[in-house]
Amino acid sequence: MGRDVLLIEDEPNIIEAIRFILSRDGWHVQTHSDGKSAYEKVLDMRPDVVILDVMLPGRSGFEILRDIRGGGETAALPVLMLTAKGQTKDREMAESLGASRFMTKPFSNTDVLSTVRDLVGA
Amino acid sequence: MSRGGLTGTRIRERRMVLGLRQAEVARDVGISPSYLNLIEHNRRRIGGKLLVDLARKLDVEASILTEGAEAALLEALREASAGPAGAKVETQQVEEFAGRFPGWAQLLADRHRRVGELEQIVEVLSDRMTHDPFLSASLHEVLSTVTAIRSTAAILAETEDIDRDWQARFHRNLRDDSRRLAEGAQALVGYLDDGAGEAGRQTSPQEEVEALLKSQGYHLQELEGDGGDIDGLIAQSGEITSSPGQELARQYLERYRNDARILPLDAFAEAVADLNMDPGRLAQRFGTDAGTVFRRMATLPEEMCPVPVGLVACDGSGTLTFRKPVAGFGLPRFGAACPLWPLYQALTRPMTPIRAVVEQAGQPPERFLTYALCQPVLNGAFGGPQVLEAAMLILPGPPDSEAGVQPIGTSCRICPRRECPARREPSILADGL
Repeated sequence: MGRDVLLIEDEPNIIEAIRFILSRDGWHVQTHSDGKSAYEKVLDMRPDVVILDVMLPGRSGFEILRDIRGGGETAALPVLMLTAKGQTKDREMAESLGASRFMTKPFSNTDVLSTVRDLVGA
Repeated sequence: MSRGGLTGTRIRERRMVLGLRQAEVARDVGISPSYLNLIEHNRRRIGGKLLVDLARKLDVEASILTEGAEAALLEALREASAGPAGAKVETQQVEEFAGRFPGWAQLLADRHRRVGELEQIVEVLSDRMTHDPFLSASLHEVLSTVTAIRSTAAILAETEDIDRDWQARFHRNLRDDSRRLAEGAQALVGYLDDGAGEAGRQTSPQEEVEALLKSQGYHLQELEGDGGDIDGLIAQSGEITSSPGQELARQYLERYRNDARILPLDAFAEAVADLNMDPGRLAQRFGTDAGTVFRRMATLPEEMCPVPVGLVACDGSGTLTFRKPVAGFGLPRFGAACPLWPLYQALTRPMTPIRAVVEQAGQPPERFLTYALCQPVLNGAFGGPQVLEAAMLILPGPPDSEAGVQPIGTSCRICPRRECPARREPSILADGL
């Protein structure tokens, strides 16, 4: 079972908090903040789980998710989407594009940790 | 003849005006008296040759018996019947319903129209929440910051063996995020209270009128002098979209035209400059009341006025009924304003002129010279209920030598004067969230 997580998020203090709680649970966390080059980072790192924010500079999380699901090697990659907009249409969009899970901000650390564990069957 | 009734009612009214008996009219048009009775009570539809014959007998145009409010009422009832899915409405009997129960029918039609107006408001608000870029960005900023604070605080509270360096780092993050959150919330509340939304998205009749006036720079050249087509002006306005908005706009514009007759533009503008913008002396020179002078000063074209002029008005309940902003003087969009405004002091002392220099809280604080006066509105004449209206003129840049400056704010919710004796609710800014 792999333990590599890629966190694609642009808020420095959210990055710091999530990295801290996942690292203490034994995960290897890499982070990326730019939407434009995010999919290249996924291909380069080949993580076991991606945590993906919807609103990113350069490119939205939805577009990145579309690339992930469209790419043969990444199509089955577990993706947890995060958004500050809990609107139904955002959830529907995430589901239609194939997000594995969807969480709205503000979320609890426990929920993030348990969801990441679930996604890789840990 | 009634302009609001149905065809049958009009026939009956016309017959009675002419003093004709039901039996006589029925015989002459070839129907039984009982059938005419049903028609007159709107229990039977009428049209074609019979309508023409009845109109001839009653010496009136057939169209006068049928035109007008009836069609509009029936149309409104048919629209209402198409409303909720699954409702079993006897649409075939809509005319009979309107005829037998005209009061209920009109009430239903009015309620249906009101529901439509409310749905439009809900749609505008919903659309605004969804598509307003500033609002969306501000909410995103606030939620992201809250997320960071929640996660960081949970780590500090729940991690017993946290390293000292990490602990210091998270404390620093918490401090920075708290500041960000306060700034984000301040910007958001300020935006909502200032009414800085997009043009064309007014949500109340008052906002519609204010949008119309703003689009004209608060000066309506068309209404200067004796002329001016008020209804045409409203009809051409893209800002006035609801019938209550039209009614309110008509009231305001009629008052504007009346003020313009009392205080002709060129003579008044000249006097404003001569008398150093003193509303008391202006009222004396033109032999009118200060309230009219306030309104006229606030509607002068920019190029004819030495300094920008702001104006607010309220009714006896303190509700703001008019707002013309001036830079640096915050006006609340919703809810009540600062109770320390001279406007409200005037409200407690009708007919007492008040002149006060005020300092608005802000960065930096700004001072304004204000003139306020409360006058009775004699809508109900001397025997009617006492209706009051207060107004406050706001002029920037009072002399530095003015003493006794009154500290004020916009409204308690976004006022940073924490120890204010007039505070009615905590400020989100003073508490810093």
